[in-house]
Amino acid sequence: MNAEVRVQETQAEASLIEQFAGLAKDQGGVSAETREKAFAEFKEAGLPHRRVEEWHYTDLRAKMRQAFAPAANAGEAVALPELLDDGATARIAIVDGYYRADLSSGVLPEGVTISPIAEGASLFPAKDAIISLNAAFQQEGVSIEVAEGVEVATAIEISHITTGAEKATYPRNRFVVGNGANVLIVERFLGEAGAVYQTNAATEIRVGDEASATFIKLQDESRKAQHLDSVALKIGAHADVNHFTLNAGSDLSRTQLFVEFEGEESNLGARGISVLGDTQHSDVTLFVDHAVPNCESRELYKSVIADKARSVFQGKIIVRPDAQKTDGQMMVQSLLLSEEAEMNAKPELEIFADDVQCAHGSTTGEIDEDLLFYLRARGIPEAEARKMLVLAFLAEAIEEIENERVVALLETQLRALLGSEE
Amino acid sequence: MLEIKNLHAHVEGNEILRGIDLTVKPGEVHAIMGPNGSGKSTLSYVLAGKEDYEITEGSISYNGEDMLELGADERAAAGMFLAFQYPIEIPGVATMTFLKTALNAQRRSRGLEDLPTPEFMKLVKEKSKDLNVSPEMLRRPLNVGFSGGEKKRAEILQMALLEPTLCVLDETDSGLDIDALRIVSEGVNKLRDPSRGMIVITHYQRLLDHIVPDFVHVLSKGKIVKSGGKELALELEANGYADYVGEEAA
Ligand SMILES: Nc1ncnc2c1ncn2[C@@H]1O[C@H](COP(=O)(O)OP(=O)(O)OP(=O)(O)O)[C@@H](O)[C@H]1O
Ligand SMILES: [Mg+2]
Repeated sequence: MNAEVRVQETQAEASLIEQFAGLAKDQGGVSAETREKAFAEFKEAGLPHRRVEEWHYTDLRAKMRQAFAPAANAGEAVALPELLDDGATARIAIVDGYYRADLSSGVLPEGVTISPIAEGASLFPAKDAIISLNAAFQQEGVSIEVAEGVEVATAIEISHITTGAEKATYPRNRFVVGNGANVLIVERFLGEAGAVYQTNAATEIRVGDEASATFIKLQDESRKAQHLDSVALKIGAHADVNHFTLNAGSDLSRTQLFVEFEGEESNLGARGISVLGDTQHSDVTLFVDHAVPNCESRELYKSVIADKARSVFQGKIIVRPDAQKTDGQMMVQSLLLSEEAEMNAKPELEIFADDVQCAHGSTTGEIDEDLLFYLRARGIPEAEARKMLVLAFLAEAIEEIENERVVALLETQLRALLGSEE
Repeated sequence: MLEIKNLHAHVEGNEILRGIDLTVKPGEVHAIMGPNGSGKSTLSYVLAGKEDYEITEGSISYNGEDMLELGADERAAAGMFLAFQYPIEIPGVATMTFLKTALNAQRRSRGLEDLPTPEFMKLVKEKSKDLNVSPEMLRRPLNVGFSGGEKKRAEILQMALLEPTLCVLDETDSGLDIDALRIVSEGVNKLRDPSRGMIVITHYQRLLDHIVPDFVHVLSKGKIVKSGGKELALELEANGYADYVGEEAA
């Protein structure tokens, strides 16, 4: 630690300290000791601000003016959204951070267990103030375990719903995919339109050897909400993993994904789309640790930014000295729809092995007027033509997912989001 | 009926069209020939409503409507169609989605219902067979990876589907092999109709052997310098443009 003088506590920090003091610490299967330790870490760091490198573009200290009190229990009146996939889907409802078994539905095959989360060693590789904050306040999330060799044909949809306003939720979940298992887990974050609230979620995922897993996160919180989400993803050997994030809601959102390859010959597809307008600020921060040889990762993040919105992408692929034959390709592409829209892209490679194939790139552009003219010259009205081009730009991030069910699901979401007909 | 009067167009400060007068009546086919850079594509873009050009003088009216007041999509809805000299590739836009969106957009603008999907599919199948456009091409994103000739056939397929009343073909023959030239010309001739006008821009007589024009115009330095019947094209083929464009042009 350097001898920097601590800045004065913000109002939000003061509220958090007060809320923690009054928190019932023996809930949610986590010991009071763990909570105390996590909160001490948070207190030490404070809310991250722009002089913390990982948070440079998202000054949470400035943006989080107040901290709402954590929801003490699950709200009663819950409007469950329709399931996303018309195929077989099991729903897990997490309301205001609490698992509501009574609202969950659908039959899961043998070999899949869902239970309230219990204490376990953290999979997060680094200390981070908002992860600590989640650990300190964590509510009652779920642990989903897929036993070895089980192929789950049923998609699992976790609906995180915040009821009402002016509250904070701290869901924490764990997914364990056994060796040779196969699963699709969709997480949705939703709230009441226009409601002001805060979500600070954390998810720890472990994918076993020869497993195949797809994780989809759809962030469609209220446009006034603040959404923080941290995901740790550990991948075994010969595994095939996809992670996809769609950011559409929230006034402020930050998704941080920490991936580590622990076994050789595995593949990761980490992709995402942010569709932003008004004054939305959305940050995707990605850390992919090629800790072992012979793994392949593909990172592709696309943003469409209108009005005065701002999208941030920070991605770091790190290739450890032993990780020979690593193949990592990271791409960030953005489409600016207004003069005031802003993109901050910071893709980075840190390579310590010599026999690797890695690349990264970033492009920022506007809608191509020649393409627009071609579509209009065929009678397609300008607004519709623009939507088609935005959809075309984004489609690539979806099409590369080699799972037809997921592609169809995401395309439907995207069309609905853009109000497009086809 | 299309009436272009004293049309002047600038791009980035350069005057490209310098007073064009042209009238195309229903049922007529007009060929426009002229040296490279004389403004043929510019004229076609200006007609279609591309926004890069500044119209400094003159007018374009179609069926009594002032086209210069309308956006590109509205002109298409009014019945105009431009087959591009260089059709654009649009990755991420499925060809079928594009065709359906375009067709239904035009139908809506004319107060018609959307065409039900099965009927649309049938229509595309029928027209694409005529033009030798394979189902495999239709499954690709719009024009992506199409060869030069395939792109031109795809343009004519769009034209056949949309059934415009004024067809502007900008060098549709360039890049076509001998068989494709015949197929495309047959496709165009099928659309010849007493109610439909056509402007065919080309450098070569061989297209006009297939699509026989009623009038031939020579465009040079942004002006029509000579008009005549179909025999004018034969004369140009034999003697070049030298007689009409002055000594600067080759
Ligand atoms: N965007 C532009 N900026 C500057 N000059 C342009 C632009 N577009 C066209 N021009 C110029 O206008 C002139 C006419 O171009 P145009 O494409 O209309 O010619 P053309 O008759 O179609 O030629 P070709 O037979 O080669 O197709 C050319 O000199 C060209 O360089
Ligand atoms: Mg031209």
